Amino acid sequence: MEKILCLLHTESDGSLHKSAFEAVGAAKDLAAGLSSQFAIGIVGESVANAANAVAGAGAEKIYAAQGADFAQPKYATDAAACEALAKAAGATIVLAPATSRFSRVLAGVTARLGGRIETNATAIAVTNGKPAVSRWYYRQRIETTLSRPQRPWVITLSPGSLPELQLAPASASVENVAVAAPASRTQVTGIQSPPADAQTIRPDAQLLFVAGAGWTKQQADGASHIDEAEKIILQFLHQTGASLGSSKSLADMSGEGQKILPFMSHLNQIGQTGASPRHPKGLATCCHGEEPHVVGWRFISERRAVNTNPGCGWAQGKTDVLYVADAFELMRKVEEMLG
Amino acid sequence: MTQPLHIVVCGSIVPDPLQTLEPVSTPAGPGLKNEMMLPAVLDPWAACGLFEAANLAKQVAGSKVYLVSLGPKAKLQQVMMTVAQKFPFELVAVDGPAGGFTEAAQVAEALAGAINAIPGLDKANMLVFGGWASASRAAGATMQMLGEKLGITDQFQGVDECKVQPDGSLRILERIEGGRHQVSICQGPPIVCGWATGNLPEPPNNPQVGMMNMRAIMPALQKAKPAQVAQDGVEWVTVQLPQQRRDTRIVKDVPIEEMAQEIVEWIKK
Ligand SMILES: Cc1cc2nc3c(=O)[nH]c(=O)nc-3n(C[C@H](O)[C@H](O)[C@H](O)COP(=O)(O)OP(=O)(O)OC[C@H]3O[C@@H](n4cnc5c(N)ncnc54)[C@H](O)[C@@H]3O)c2cc1C
Repeated sequence: MEKILCLLHTESDGSLHKSAFEAVGAAKDLAAGLSSQFAIGIVGESVANAANAVAGAGAEKIYAAQGADFAQPKYATDAAACEALAKAAGATIVLAPATSRFSRVLAGVTARLGGRIETNATAIAVTNGKPAVSRWYYRQRIETTLSRPQRPWVITLSPGSLPELQLAPASASVENVAVAAPASRTQVTGIQSPPADAQTIRPDAQLLFVAGAGWTKQQADGASHIDEAEKIILQFLHQTGASLGSSKSLADMSGEGQKILPFMSHLNQIGQTGASPRHPKGLATCCHGEEPHVVGWRFISERRAVNTNPGCGWAQGKTDVLYVADAFELMRKVEEMLG
Repeated sequence: MTQPLHIVVCGSIVPDPLQTLEPVSTPAGPGLKNEMMLPAVLDPWAACGLFEAANLAKQVAGSKVYLVSLGPKAKLQQVMMTVAQKFPFELVAVDGPAGGFTEAAQVAEALAGAINAIPGLDKANMLVFGGWASASRAAGATMQMLGEKLGITDQFQGVDECKVQPDGSLRILERIEGGRHQVSICQGPPIVCGWATGNLPEPPNNPQVGMMNMRAIMPALQKAKPAQVAQDGVEWVTVQLPQQRRDTRIVKDVPIEEMAQEIVEWIKK
């Protein structure tokens, strides 16, 4: 029988991110599908609150690797903790959210365990009595579902793909797993955030707003209006709380030191060589919607686009609605109505 | 004083991202239609790692850059014709499939073997670079597994910056959620870095550098050893192109107020 372990880590305040509840939900469903049990393993400085938050999930056991050594996300310590938890649970299948913290270590942990890993899974099901994992290859161009015989099998789940398990906090009993923190030559010294007014990437936003190079191009009057573009884009983000994405062309221009849009960097880039964020809605402006740009939209549920060109890539079945209009004019109007 | 660095960049080829791909079944498992005919490029994030490596090597006197590539020799040669024009590096080629459906654990094993066999490699001063994910398997697994096989536990993924500081330590920025970076200081090599975009533009082509590099690259390709890399028992339930095609409603020739109203209602919904 499979032994399922759901691995979680705490946030810096000791809580759990919503992707943790998605992973616990997946572990619970998988265990039910395989008529098996599941355990939870938590890594963090102090896991009591997190353990209580998932106490009602029905796990047979909650293991913890906790202490000051596990406060910060760092390869050497996190790998040691995850390895110890997987071994303590005797896991044949390990499920974990594909957060940046776990994505950085779990393949290494898999190597230590002599197992195999599938990362960024978007679904997990039981087919013919076996777990089957769905994931994308070739940067969202080919979709697969696969199963494999090797164990332990580590599977990371792409945040936002699965429903969150809703749980009322309860009182958890935790089994501590002793982990000797390995000596490490690395020290995490902090987090570098963009200044608050330039914090344009908001993973939890309802709406993704994507700006393309068109905002910088010569317009109908023969001139470009970059200052105006900047105002319109920032105002919209301010009014709606949307997350800002960029096409590659626009991100590249900003990176080459030209004074384009100062709040835009490579981190905003959506697409094959950028990010594929998950948001319920997306609005694309002044970009043309061809592959590979559109690859970055794979996980945007409702899509709308604004382009002056009615024949642009968005028109070819890539968006739900294409507004053929001047984005400057239309977005100004939208902002006026948003008040 | 900083010791010369030996920067080993792991990167192979992927189909040009602008190509439309079509999966096919082969006796060895899924593959791509006309895989050997598709135009290929150096895997984009590994390429960012290679540009960063060249830049670091310029800053620390006596440093050297190796590019370790596992791929079909003939395709590697084609791609090297362009990559070789960027800056001096030494190619270590391993002959085998470069497709996304091969097993990351086996690729890591083959890469570790190739790295361990590099004559004169200074492993104490080694930086192992690659992409944080490939544009083929897109898993972010190989580099970590490779690090484990090489015994390196100072590993970083989603790296946008790696700076050698005056005392020889390394300051590394890794991408985390929300457009932020985690900052780490590592005492020095050896480390593993899976690169994201970094900060450097693609270096211009220099045909003279290309000619010089190719003189060593051709023999390296000729003596490339075959690697045991396959799909390792995976059972593929489905392998398909995304089916979703939307019924696009095109709104044009209507007053701008009407469009704006519709967008506002949709945003608020
Ligand atoms: C290896 C590789 C990887 C790539 N990866 C990515 C990636 O990850 N992400 C990505 O985005 N691209 C990527 N690309 C590039 C991609 O192919 C396109 O070149 C790019 O997305 C085009 O950006 P754009 O639409 O912003 O700019 P443009 O092609 O310049 O298009 C501008 C658009 O703006 C419209 N426009 C202009 N003015 C207005 C106005 N006033 N109102 C409304 N519309 C207006 C125009 O009609 C046009 O459609 C990649 C390319 C390669 C070769």
